[in-house]
This record gives sequence, structure tokens and C-alpha cells, in this order.
Amino acid sequence: MGGRKGRHQVVGTPRRKVDAVSKVTGRTLFADDIALPRMLYGRLLRSTTPHARILRVDTSKARALDGVHAVLTGADFPVPFGILPVSQDEHALCPDRVRFIGDPVAAVAAVSEDVATTALDLIEVTYEPLEPIGTPEQALDTEEPRIHEYGPSGNIHKLIDLEFGDVEDALATADHVREDLFFYGGNTHLAMEQHAAVADWSADGKLTLWSSTQTPHYVHRALARVLELAPSRIRVIATPNGGGFGGKSDPFSHEIVAAKLAMLTGRPVKITLTREEVFYCHRGRHPTLMWVKSGVDRTGRIKGMHFRTLLDGGAYGSYGVASAYYTGALQTVTYQVERYRFQGARVFTNKPPCGPKRGHGTPQPRFALEVHLDKIAEDLDLDPAELRLAHLQPPESLTANYLRIGSMGLGACIRKVVDGAGWKERFRKLPYGRGIGIACSSYLSGAGLPIYWNHMPHSGVQLKLDRGGGITVFCGSTDIGQGSDSILAYIVAEVLGVAVADIAVVTADTALTPVDLGSYSSRVTLMSGNAALQAAERAREILVRHAAAKLDVPAERVGLADGQVFDVENPDVGMTFAEAVQAAEAAEGTIGTVGSYTPPRSPGRYRGAGVGPSPAYSYSAAIAEVEVDPTSGIVVVPRIWIAHDVGTSINPVNVLGQVEGSVYMGLGEALMEEMVYRENRNLVHKIPSMLDYKSPTTLDMCDVVTYLIEDPDPEGPFGAKEVGQGPLLPVPPAIANAVYDAVGVRIDEVPITPEKVLKAIKDCDKGRDGRFGPMRFPDVPWPEPTRVPPPWEGGDGRAAESGAVGAGGVRSSSVSAPPVPAPEERQH
Amino acid sequence: MLRLPPFTYLQPKSLRQALRMKADAGPDGAYIAGGTDLLPNMKRRHQEPKVLVSLSGIRALGRITGGTGGSALSVGAGVTLTALHTHRRTRKRYGALARAAELVSSPLLRNMGTFGGNLCLDTRCNYYNQTYEWRKAIDFCMKKDGVICWVAPSSPRCWAVSSSDTAPVAVALGAEFVLVGPETERVLPAAEFFNDDGIRYLTKHPDEILTEVRLPPANGWDATYWKLRRRGTIDFPVLGVAVWVRWDNGLVADARIALGGVASYPKLVPEAAAVVVGTELEDDAIREAAAAAYRPAKPMDNTDFGLAWRKEMVRNYVTGALEELKARRGSGTTKRDV
Ligand SMILES: Cc1cc2nc3c(=O)[nH]c(=O)nc-3n(C[C@H](O)[C@H](O)[C@H](O)COP(=O)(O)OP(=O)(O)OC[C@H]3O[C@@H](n4cnc5c(N)ncnc54)[C@H](O)[C@@H]3O)c2cc1C
Ligand code: SF4
Repeated sequence: MGGRKGRHQVVGTPRRKVDAVSKVTGRTLFADDIALPRMLYGRLLRSTTPHARILRVDTSKARALDGVHAVLTGADFPVPFGILPVSQDEHALCPDRVRFIGDPVAAVAAVSEDVATTALDLIEVTYEPLEPIGTPEQALDTEEPRIHEYGPSGNIHKLIDLEFGDVEDALATADHVREDLFFYGGNTHLAMEQHAAVADWSADGKLTLWSSTQTPHYVHRALARVLELAPSRIRVIATPNGGGFGGKSDPFSHEIVAAKLAMLTGRPVKITLTREEVFYCHRGRHPTLMWVKSGVDRTGRIKGMHFRTLLDGGAYGSYGVASAYYTGALQTVTYQVERYRFQGARVFTNKPPCGPKRGHGTPQPRFALEVHLDKIAEDLDLDPAELRLAHLQPPESLTANYLRIGSMGLGACIRKVVDGAGWKERFRKLPYGRGIGIACSSYLSGAGLPIYWNHMPHSGVQLKLDRGGGITVFCGSTDIGQGSDSILAYIVAEVLGVAVADIAVVTADTALTPVDLGSYSSRVTLMSGNAALQAAERAREILVRHAAAKLDVPAERVGLADGQVFDVENPDVGMTFAEAVQAAEAAEGTIGTVGSYTPPRSPGRYRGAGVGPSPAYSYSAAIAEVEVDPTSGIVVVPRIWIAHDVGTSINPVNVLGQVEGSVYMGLGEALMEEMVYRENRNLVHKIPSMLDYKSPTTLDMCDVVTYLIEDPDPEGPFGAKEVGQGPLLPVPPAIANAVYDAVGVRIDEVPITPEKVLKAIKDCDKGRDGRFGPMRFPDVPWPEPTRVPPPWEGGDGRAAESGAVGAGGVRSSSVSAPPVPAPEERQH
Repeated sequence: MLRLPPFTYLQPKSLRQALRMKADAGPDGAYIAGGTDLLPNMKRRHQEPKVLVSLSGIRALGRITGGTGGSALSVGAGVTLTALHTHRRTRKRYGALARAAELVSSPLLRNMGTFGGNLCLDTRCNYYNQTYEWRKAIDFCMKKDGVICWVAPSSPRCWAVSSSDTAPVAVALGAEFVLVGPETERVLPAAEFFNDDGIRYLTKHPDEILTEVRLPPANGWDATYWKLRRRGTIDFPVLGVAVWVRWDNGLVADARIALGGVASYPKLVPEAAAVVVGTELEDDAIREAAAAAYRPAKPMDNTDFGLAWRKEMVRNYVTGALEELKARRGSGTTKRDV
């Protein structure tokens, strides 16, 4: 969307975030910090069984307890909800069925958390147990009981089959064909702040909810639906999030329950989840089994790729349909893939629901693809960095699955890290036990389509110009620590030539701010940034018009900088910014402008084309260095070099922070983080605490050498693309590839734990091929594929045969990994 | 957030007062020092004392004395882990203990947590260190509120793990513990303070207060402590190896090897120690000792990491610890950089 060319005063300069001092001095008010007069405390009673019918909920003793003001059960919430229109499968409290340990069943509001806790113990729930389903394999094999009554069959939630060109034919004629199986373990966001919500029902019949949510707009919609209240009577305010990472993107039970309790009692109600409950809310990374088969030519060019994923969805839909599509969407945007087929399946199991976590559905296939390419490079005796460089998807192009690529800086990223890490001198040349590995990735700068179907903008901004010279930016966007409030201020300050300190930012309040869809899919800088840019340009136009009249110069000669509005050819002639506002206000009345942003329409026209398009794609390349102790299998990562194509850094320190944070999270996923359930003990979460769910500490963090690649993208504000999620993606595969370089074993799954590495090393020592990973992709009743010819085979983005979509013909297939001796069971 | 059950908090100023308060409270009473183990456990309803008798107001428990000129070092049970590992004399002469203390949890917890509390640390198990609701979901185990052991369902006993970092070092150094009861005062060798039982893990009477730990004079011996955990900080040990050797003319005259994290008590492995006596810690001797320590180590599947791997690491860590001592032999000092 551009932005003014030339030297910038604000954009591109490192600076403090607008809320930095409040954050570091403890002044920021998070949801749990809110305390209102007469406030009650709510708590949720959660299921202690993984799968059961609820026969009876006896709340009489809890109601009788002194200090208890209200008790709710599933009967109070007949209307279901869910983030996606196609998966309205949750209830604020379960009415008749529980689907995982942690599913909320009842709730109380009491004068204190202690009384509320005691009251929960007094609620008696009688369950009739149903067979719990623990694994995707079991889900595929179990017709009855069904965890949900929807989905194609049994416990399958979603099946996808898309084919772009005849892949079988491409594989048959390729110089080299390789087939691999991978598994990516499930992990969670682990934001420092537990979810919390405070609800207030005013005497005038209006509901206000403060919540640590990334998506106040969607919470607003869910509340209206479930509480059967007009949206006009509901106000949702997203408090600053103490981290989100996707874990606060769904509407949650505790938010709806707090609202209902406030309405019933006429008193404010706060619910703050315990850390254990946050593990149950989850919505994190889907454990994903993957099979990939590629045919390449001698140079490594991908002639055809067939990719299958099986996602363990947990107990509810959440964003799962989108997640499933995402496991197949972005394989095509980094290196050219001539023909591509994607089959994806998501199944239900009796575990906390999975959903979007940083990278939403794409880190898993990215891991598989980048390790797969590393193996292909070795098969072909090619340098894996060279192989990648040789087949980059060109800028300003369409992919096989009709994603429109704009700027594309992956080549520059690869060259940076290759130079920085001394790749040429060190790859395959380090002593045993030390190694380096490379991987790349790409991510969206915002999803091209909203979550519910509509033609309205994805982000809106209003600007109010005060005659004192201050500017207020109103936007529905939510700062979850990533700095989106600051971005709004920087952009407006840049366009209007004022100091960032002169800007007040009001965000994430459905009563005050225009809609922004939320802080997910790395959309905020690009989308709310563009909306802010438009609003600011419009304000600028008004000010310039009136200043020009006053200064008696043509409008083109009016400049705005340093809080002054002046004649650029004679800078001494001018006025202050405040005077310019006053002149405009005197002439026109109150000065305010609006801006909004709607992403461009994507060229894909087939069903499923909605997931993957984005106004712009970011690119990253990473090289990881590892030290592997062959006697223990312990992997240490001393350093990662990472280059990220961000288009333009609006604030470079903020961008660096996001890159480093992504590397940190990727490191944890690569080496230790995993959601583990006890399959033999009721599918209980094995480690629902900050101490036992292992995430790296400061001492485990590697050094990070970051390079920012800046090649402004025409779609981004001032050329900016995303940075919040993409840099996580190359980290796990780079580490896996480095482990292979170090000790010659392939760990085809994450987390790469010492146990797995040691097992593989021993295997290797016994003369076997030293691989640890999944052995089989189970049978899935795939539907008939939707066939879409790629653009270079005469396609126009539509499916070839009408009626093929979802047509009855079901066939089943089973694929095994290349033969690996000594099958090892995966341990989860 | 998780709530503590209600309790009364008493703050005696002397040992006598503390003992009396505890006796008055009976089985409903418990001593609390830094509270870094007890309070999290109370939140999960592992212990539900109605009366907490704080030991932190008793000055005498906070002292470190002796340890100069060939005398024994006496460390009060109330000394914080931070004080223990930063104290000049412990760092200089009892490096293994300082090291172990420094490796406990995180700086904040070490500022609160005490040496005594660390030695009395509740045993751990990932079926047990869970909230009340979690434990209810799989049904309670015999360590609290139930009858079965989920780790070994046919077992008549609890296998919760001794997870203290300083305990194996105290045992390996041959420390002595002073226990004061309402009517008694006794001195126990460290090894006799612990019990191989996840529920009755201390031989101490509930009313007795551990007041002091006496460490042997620092001369002629060397020791070290190796800790295995997933991350560089905060985590409890899944394996701790404490090794003590007495040198005589370049040969090992005596040795003790104690393992933490593999049993319900710090486990001495005399069969491994015996192997190195009379040797110069040659590679063969170290290898044999590591193998001898590996055999009796029987970790159960109730901590982080798989049990087979943890058992295997016994060999690596015993080897590493002995090699460290060998490398330091003849340097004429028992000092160790911590
Ligand atoms: C997140 C976390 C990580 C941790 N990591 C580690 C670790 O890595 N290694 C490790 O060893 N520990 C670890 N701990 C446990 C704990 O912090 C330490 O063991 C600490 O030293 C306990 O001391 P305290 O004074 O806080 O004990 P308290 O909690 O006060 O007491 C513990 C028990 O000892 C009893 N007790 C205390 N002092 C006496 C006394 N003088 N006489 C008789 N009985 C007494 C109490 O009654 C109680 O039963 C961790 C704890 C947490 C919360
Ligand atoms: S070892 Fe067995 S009895 Fe002991 S705490 Fe663990 S599960 Fe319970």
C-alpha cells in the first residue's frame, strides 16, 4: 500500500515501544489486575474423566454454601459456539457430554476464590464413561462412539484432498524420487500470563468484558450468540496480553461464564485460570504425522510433490479446519513445485483441543519439507543451500496452488546466513559431534480471508485530531506484547510529521474502536498498519489543504515534519501542527478521518483456496549449529544464524525481538516441548505445570545472529511484512539437519530428545541407518481429489471437473516409510 | 490461582518454643523453613497442616561455624541455599556441597529455601506432584489419599524419588545430622537419616527438628557432585551423583558414591566405591566403578525423561565425576571452582 517514499523520520529507526516503560515498571494493568467494587470470583469445575455422558450434576450443596452467589451448569448454556462457523461444537459448560479431562462442567461465583474453590468440591457430577480415544490411529479405527456428531465419518473431523497437476505422472518421470515420514509433536503456547476475564453487567443493562484475548471482535460475536444479547449491548475490551502466541485466539468458556455470572448476580465477576487450566484450554500445535514423496530432477528441482498430513485435533474443532488446510498450504511458496498434491486429515481425540500456535499449522510441514530436502540434497550430492537457491519461487509469481507471491527475499536470506555461519567451510567438515544445518521458511502477513464470510474490511482505524496538537488513533487491534499499539503510533507519526509521544493509542475495545479481526496470522502490522496509513494520509490531506491556504502556497509545497507544517521551499514559513489542526477545524469543524484495509482477492477459485492466500509472504533462512554428545544423545545449540525478509522494519529493535523470540520458541519445540498424555491412565495430561512442561530457560537459549532483509513489499505499509511467526519455522528443521551433520543420525520427529538421539546413534553403531521417526502412515479414507490444473498447465484457479468436490468415491491407501530395520515404537 | 488451604502460622523465637508449639499442634502441625517445598505441596493438598511452625525466627539455626584449621564445619539447618553456596568456607573447602546447593532450583528459591528444608525435601513423583483434581482424575495413589501405586501397581510400597541435590552430597561426605526432639537430642550419620520408602522417606520423628549438619574436617579428601536435568536451571535432578574419595599417596584410600534421583533415598553404592579403592582412578577402574553403580540404580518411570535413559546416564555421570576427581588429584587441593 506504499506510504510516502524518501527518508523517514520515524519508520526504520529503533525506538522504545509506546508501552515499554509501563510494562517494565509493572504499571500495565492485565486482566487479573482489574478489581471492581463488589466483585465476585468465579471458578470452573472441570471434567475428571476423558470421555463420558453427564448423567447428573448436583449443585445443591454448593448453592447452600455461605458466600456462594451463583452456580451454573451446562443447562444454562444451550447455544453452542466455536471460532469457525463450520465448527460450532463447544458449550460454555458441557450440557450432556465431556470430551477431555479439563472440559468445563459447572461454574460458581463466590465472595472469594477460597469459597469458590470450596464450592467446586461440593458439586457432584455423575458420569457414564464412554470409551476414550487417545490417538489419531484409534480415532480412525473407531466408528463409535463418536466424539462429535459431525465430520465425514466416525471420529474424522475433516478430510482434504487437493491436486494441482498430475503428480503421479511427475513422480513416474522424475530423475529421483524420495519418500519420507515425519512426526511433529504437539506443544503449547506457554504465555506467561494465564487467561483471565472480568465481566460487569451494568444497572443499565450493558455487559462489559475485560479479557486477555487476542480476538476481542470474535469474543464479542461469541458472547452475543451464546448469551442471546444484541451486540450493541456488549462491550469487549482486550486487556494487554501477557503473551498470546495463538493461545488466546478462541472465545473461551471462562469468558462466557464470567459474563453470565455477572448478569445473574448483578455484580462484577472475575475468573482467572490456573496454569493447569491453561494447559486444558490449550489450542496449541497439532501433533502431526506427515508423509511426503517428491520427484526431483538432477538439480533438485521439484517436479512433483505429494504431501499427506494427519492431525490429532483433540476434543473440539477450534481453528482445526484451517489448521488442517495450513499443513498443506505453504509448501509451494519457497521453492518451485511444479505439481503438487495435498491430502490432509484432522481427527478428534479425547484430549485438550489443538488450534493455532505461532506459525499455525505450518511449522509441522515446514519441518518435514526442509528435512526431506536436506535428504534429497544428500541423495543428489548437492549442497543443500545451493539446491534451495537454485529453485526459489520467483517474486511476482503464482504458485501451483494459486498463491500470489509479491516480494521474495529468500535468496538474500540464504546468502546472508551462508556467509555469516561460514557454511561453505563448515558443512560436513566439522568433527564428529559438531554440526550445522540449514532450513528455510515462509509465512503469511495476514490471512487473505476472514474467519466468517463477509465483504467488509479486515481492519479499521479512526483518527481524531485535537486542536492541542494531539492525535488519537482508534483501532480494534490487540497488543499481545508484539508491539501493535506502537506500530499504529509510528505510522501515524510518520505521515503527520509529529512525535510518537504526541499520539495516544486506543485499541481493542469494541465500543470505542473500529473492528480489527484480531492478533493472529501475523496480520496486524500489515492490515491495521495500512488502515492507519490511509486514515493518516486522509488527515494529512485535510491539514495540507488548510495550511496551504493559510500559507498561501500550493498544496504540493506543504510539508509536515518535526511537529511543523511548512513550505518545503521556504521552511521558515509555516505553523505548528496544532495551528494547522486549528485552521482545519475552524474551516471544517471537528477533524477526524477513517482508514480501512481489505486484502486483495486471491486468484484461487477452488474449494479450500481460502487458506493460504496473503497480501505478502515473509521469508526466513536459518543455520543452526549443534553439539551432540554421542554418549548421552544430549543436543546443545550454541548458535543460530537467521535472516528474515521483513520487507521494511518499521521499528528494527521490535523486529529483532520478534525474530529472537521466534528462535527461542522454535528451539523449545525442537528440543524439549511436548504435550504428553498418559494413554494408560485416562488420557490425563502428564505435565500440566510450568515446572514439568519443559520450555527452555534463559540458560538454555542459544546465541542468535539476526540479519534483516529489507526489500519493501508493495502491499505492506511502508513495505512492511510480517515477523511475528515466520522466523520460528526454520529453527526445528535446521536443528534436525545439524544433528545429522554432527552425528549422522536422522531424527525425523520433534522434539529431538536425548533419548531419541542416543537410540539412533546406537542403531547407527550397529550398522543400521540410524533413524528415529514414525514408521507408518495409517489408512485414511481419502475423498476424491479436487483437481486444479496449475497456472502453467492452463489452469485458471478453478477445479477442473465440477462436481468432483466432495464426490462420493472414497478410496483408501496406506503408505509405509522406506524400509528401516529395528522398528522402534514411538513414545508419547 | 491455586489456593492454599487455610492454616495458622506460628513464629517461635527459640527451639524450645518451636518444639512445644509443634507438640501442641500434634499431627496437624508442621515445621516450615523457607516454605519453597511445603507451600507448593500444600496448594496441591499433599500436606494439609492446620498449624505451621516457622523455623525462620530461630537465630541459632542460621549459623555457619568452624571449618577452619582442620576443624569440622557446622552448618545450621536454617542457612539458606544462597548463603550455603556463597559462603567463603563452603566454597573453598566443601566445593561439592556448595556446588549442589548452587544447582538447586533458581536464585529466588535459593534465597528462601534452606539447607535443612532441602535435606527434608518431600520425595517426588509425577503422579503425585499434581493438583488435587488431577490426582482425583486418575484416582489417588498411596502416597496421598489413595491405596495403589500408579508407577508400579502391584507394588506394596511407594517409589517416589529422593530429589534433593544436597542430600547425596551430605551422605557421600559422611556428614552428621543433629536432631533435637522435645526430650531428646541425637546425632545421626547422614545415611541413616534417609529411608528407602517414598512415604516414610526420613527416619526422623515428625516432632524432631534438624538443627545442624556437621561436615568432616576438610583434609585429604576430595568430592564432587554432578546433576542431570533437562534444563540449565530450575529443574529437580533426575540423577545426582556425589562422589567422595580420600587420597593416600596418589591412591584412593577410601571412597563413597551416592546417587540421588534413582531411589526414594540418596543411595550409596558401596560396590562401585569398592572398585576404585586402591587404584589411581585409571580408566579401567572408572569404567568398572561406573558399571557397578549402573547395575543397582533402578529409576522408576515417574520423573522427567525415560527410565532406561536415566539409568544409562548413571554410567556417564559416575564416569564424569570420577574423571573430574582424577584430573584434580595431586593438584594438592580439594578446591573446586564453583
Ligand atoms: C520450582 C521449584 C524447583 C525446585 N528445584 C529444586 C532442585 O533443583 N533441587 C532441590 O533439591 N530442590 C528443589 N526445589 C525444592 C526446594 O526449593 C528446596 O529443596 C529447598 O531447599 C527446600 O527448603 P525450604 O527451606 O524451602 O523447605 P520447606 O518447604 O520449608 O520445608 C520442606 C520440608 O522440610 C521440613 N523441614 C524444613 N526444615 C526443617 C528442619 N530444620 N527440621 C525439620 N524439618 C524441616 C518441612 O516441615 C517440610 O516438610 C525446588 C522447588 C521448586 C518450587
Ligand atoms: S511412586 Fe507410586 S505411590 Fe509413590 S507417589 Fe508415585 S504413584 Fe504414588
